[in-house]
Amino acid sequence: MRQAFSKGFIYILLTIGSLLMLLPFIWMISTSLKTPGEVMSMPPTWIPESWKWDNYLKAWEMAPFLRYTLNSIIVVIVSTIGEIITTILAAYAFSRLQFWGRDIVFAILLGTMMVPGEMLLIPNFVTLSNLGWINQYEALIIPWLASIFSIFLLRQYFLGVPKELHYAAKIDGCSNFRFLWSVMVPLAKPAIVTIALLKAIGSWNAFLWPLIVTQSEEMRTLPVGLTAFTTEAGTNFELLMAASSMIILPMIILYIILQKYIIEGVSKAGLKG
Amino acid sequence: MNQKPTLKDTLIGYSYLLPALIILGVFSVYPIIKSFFMSFYADYDFFKDIVHSYGFDNFIYIFQDTEFYKSLTNTFIFVIGVVPASISISLVIAILLNSKIKFGKLFRTIYFLPFVTSVVAIAIVWQWIYHSEYGILNYFLGWFGISPIEWLNDPKWSMPALIIMCIWKSLGYNIILFLAGLQNINPQYYLAAQIDGASKFKRFWHITVPLLSPTTFFVSIVVLINSFKVFDEVFALFNGRPGPGYSAQTIVYYIFEKFYNEWEFGIASAAAFVLFIIIFIFTLIQLYVGKRKVNY
Repeated sequence: MRQAFSKGFIYILLTIGSLLMLLPFIWMISTSLKTPGEVMSMPPTWIPESWKWDNYLKAWEMAPFLRYTLNSIIVVIVSTIGEIITTILAAYAFSRLQFWGRDIVFAILLGTMMVPGEMLLIPNFVTLSNLGWINQYEALIIPWLASIFSIFLLRQYFLGVPKELHYAAKIDGCSNFRFLWSVMVPLAKPAIVTIALLKAIGSWNAFLWPLIVTQSEEMRTLPVGLTAFTTEAGTNFELLMAASSMIILPMIILYIILQKYIIEGVSKAGLKG
Repeated sequence: MNQKPTLKDTLIGYSYLLPALIILGVFSVYPIIKSFFMSFYADYDFFKDIVHSYGFDNFIYIFQDTEFYKSLTNTFIFVIGVVPASISISLVIAILLNSKIKFGKLFRTIYFLPFVTSVVAIAIVWQWIYHSEYGILNYFLGWFGISPIEWLNDPKWSMPALIIMCIWKSLGYNIILFLAGLQNINPQYYLAAQIDGASKFKRFWHITVPLLSPTTFFVSIVVLINSFKVFDEVFALFNGRPGPGYSAQTIVYYIFEKFYNEWEFGIASAAAFVLFIIIFIFTLIQLYVGKRKVNY
């Protein structure tokens, strides 16, 4: 009896908590489907009287969201693929190859993780403007093509693969490169998927860097474009909520489909880091 | 196979490292050194990239700048507002989620949602929640007889508004880490305690709390460091301003303002250096205590 009572209490607490977590999302979607009049009605309604799907179209047409979306997609895809390639190569070198200076280079790179990224902002801006890359895709993508954090994670995973596999492959005359692509990479697929997903989410949501290195409208990514849109939309909250939904929902869908990788990745990465 | 690496091995090794090393060298290692020097640029011409003189001027400037002190104070208020609340709420939720219930996965999925959400987009949603006339928060508060609060336009309320949103956003990540920590506790301890007749609370206090302490400590440091770096949330919640009357200006916002709006690269670098020192101290504490283990 007491058991059942405390179980019920746990469910009630967790349900209230989840409602509080979901509320901003529900409120966002609900508002995005209302008429301007209903948005400003008190008391607020949760289910729109008539579902105004064309708010999404209106918001989409009010600002160059097509361009912002394309930019975001280009940046996400290129920087994710690029980071995965550099990560696989470097993690392999740090975990399976023997060479001079390996441990020192690795220690220096790990040390850089202690420095907040905000400190790198200004010198990187100077470097990119010397290269003439400000307001170009290069500035949005190239600095993010490698991550020491991802290298560290994948190296840990590679270290868990039995060394005997490597010896056996060597005796059979398999080259390092072939061994990496046909044995290590398939074995490490879960870790690679996790790294790619975390990168894609981070890249899609990134704000401060794209804000600083883009100047013209046609180079903006979605989050930067959205902050500019707030001035245009003014107090039309139904349009603002529609635009916010367009940025938030793709990542939520990706997360719900692939949450196993994301949640496992976060808990492993967190506790080891 | 652990013989000394030959020259050929070394060349092969670095050829694998090369792509990552170029990127990390240019955009992570070099800027750390450069940033240190930039904070001593007393007279700098960005357009020609020429430094006319070096000196402590930037540090002298920021330590005499009331704006900078205000940013520091605001950042500390933010950290104190977010860290304890976020840690304790997520710890409680993680423990509840860990208690063999149905729909555990569904709850976990929901709590984690804000983590995958764009800060900028969700901050705009929170702007709407905080709206003084038509926002739902003031509407709910109205049920308890609380008159509408100007969350985003009153300098008194801008920090609380920022803190509430950031606690909401940070919970999911912490919960996942706490759950991982809880699942690492060997269930035999609980079984043994139960056989010895320890009550539920005693089991929690004498097993869960001490064995979870390394995780709690780690999560606290991570949240702490991230809280010191808050920026996107401020920018988006207050429409590209640091709150009404600079009331929500944080250190990173100060750096951004000096660098991006005022083109004072040296001053911005000096402020970034101060941020680095603060974070570095906490990282050292983490490494030091982490080595000694908070565990028993």
